[in-house]
Amino acid sequence: MPRVAETLERVFREEHGRIIATLIRLSHSFDIAEEALQEAFLSAAATWERDGMPRNPGAWLTTVAYRRLLDAIRHEKIKTDKRSQLEYEAERLQAQEEFAQSDDTLADPDDRLRLIFTCCHPALGREAQVALTLRTLGGLTTAEIARAFLLPEPTLAQRLVRAKSKIRLARIPYEVPPLESMAERLVAVQAVIYVIFKESYSATAGDSLVRNDLSTEAIRLGRVLCELLPEPENFGLLALMLLQDSHRETRMNEHGELATLEEQDRSRWDRTEIEEGIRLIETSLPLGRVGNYQIQAAIAAVHAEARTAGETDWPQIVALYKELIRINSSPIVSLNHAAAVAMSEGLEKGLGLIEEVGANRKLHDYYLFHAARADLLRRLNRSQEAIEAYTRALSLTTNCVEHRYLRRRISEVANKQKDYGAGSMRGASV
Amino acid sequence: MKYILLIYHNEKTWNAISDSDRQQIYGEYRKLRDQLRDSGQYVDGSQLQPTTTATSVRVRDADELVIDGPFAETHEQLGGYFLIDARNLDDAIAIAKRIPSARMGTVEVRPLVE
Repeated sequence: MPRVAETLERVFREEHGRIIATLIRLSHSFDIAEEALQEAFLSAAATWERDGMPRNPGAWLTTVAYRRLLDAIRHEKIKTDKRSQLEYEAERLQAQEEFAQSDDTLADPDDRLRLIFTCCHPALGREAQVALTLRTLGGLTTAEIARAFLLPEPTLAQRLVRAKSKIRLARIPYEVPPLESMAERLVAVQAVIYVIFKESYSATAGDSLVRNDLSTEAIRLGRVLCELLPEPENFGLLALMLLQDSHRETRMNEHGELATLEEQDRSRWDRTEIEEGIRLIETSLPLGRVGNYQIQAAIAAVHAEARTAGETDWPQIVALYKELIRINSSPIVSLNHAAAVAMSEGLEKGLGLIEEVGANRKLHDYYLFHAARADLLRRLNRSQEAIEAYTRALSLTTNCVEHRYLRRRISEVANKQKDYGAGSMRGASV
Repeated sequence: MKYILLIYHNEKTWNAISDSDRQQIYGEYRKLRDQLRDSGQYVDGSQLQPTTTATSVRVRDADELVIDGPFAETHEQLGGYFLIDARNLDDAIAIAKRIPSARMGTVEVRPLVE
């Protein structure tokens, strides 16, 4: 019966974060919670096949997982606390009564927030934060996460074990952070979600399928975050991901080369995602707490609103980058600002700004710096310098989609150079 | 005069030894502690959880950095220690941030074995 299997998979993805978040709060253990939920899913697979689907699959799973959890805690307590069976049974009955009275006491809406802030705790490394968030909140399997990040499964499994053991041994609290540290902690959560999203972008051709799952998952996590904490920057992050994702299908051309915004077939951009992204940013910006993600989303929205590359409102984009520099001055933002200036106020002026950005050498090994510089040199017909800059960019990226793009540019510029040089000969040679 | 004796060892080697060997070593530690206690020389001591549970805290102007992992700067040396009782890691980190040296150096937060 494929329906049960399909429903189970859907429910698994949708309910995993919600259920496990509660189980972790009740058991104080990621491992016990995971095992209980795993058993509940196995039991669902067997029971639903036999008796048909329950009316509310999510509630069914929660109940079964909760029972498994109580059993596991009992075993654990007898083992470690040496408490009497009787004492525990009393507690268990009371807990079950409470549970029976109301589903609400079991599923605290804050549980998923507790979970996301714990997974993204600054005392865990970024890689561990990402893996743990995808595993628990996202409900992805270890194998799925390993595949998406092109890592051997044991490496990923080890990463998860370490993270969980640090949470347990160092006693990272399972709490929503207090107001005074909320802003700082939220930055880490947003960063984790965005890292997951961006990882889907560094796809090589063969892996794009698996990696598209990552962008879908990041967007889903972004939605959960907005639902739990309707903060302007959370809307900004979701909007940014939706707007970038809207040109997922056109980012690569039919030759497997990177296609720039200018070259992409805009009729194939996902209008639904664009409309939602623009709506989100139009809601969040007037709230007056403008941040990094909102401005980046606003920039993406300006690109999305232009029906052709030529209609892009570059002065608007320059203004937005200026605002971005004001709140987050980084050489990468200055580089993007320079590229926008080149498009709106003249190539020479843009190139001058790029050289200024490059002067402090922080971007010396950053492939996009050399690619952006090469692009302006190409437009200015300074072919030899353009080829050198493209070649430098080529040496700094391992991504084959980007490689193919840069090689195409180099040969385009080289051909043009040849044509110019051999201009007078052309008629004769044909 | 008080002295802190910092015990360095190879975690990999320690993890690889057999349970009975480990118990024997723990026994020797307990014996030493009892001897020092008897002679009035013992103040406090504990085994630490492994470095994988470590968190490093640094405060630079307004930036408070919390980093996964132990302190690994070879140009700075251990200059003191606090033994604190905190509810959880967040409370311990909050205290670590208040240590003046967190503004110049780094404070490593390591849970003790309980």
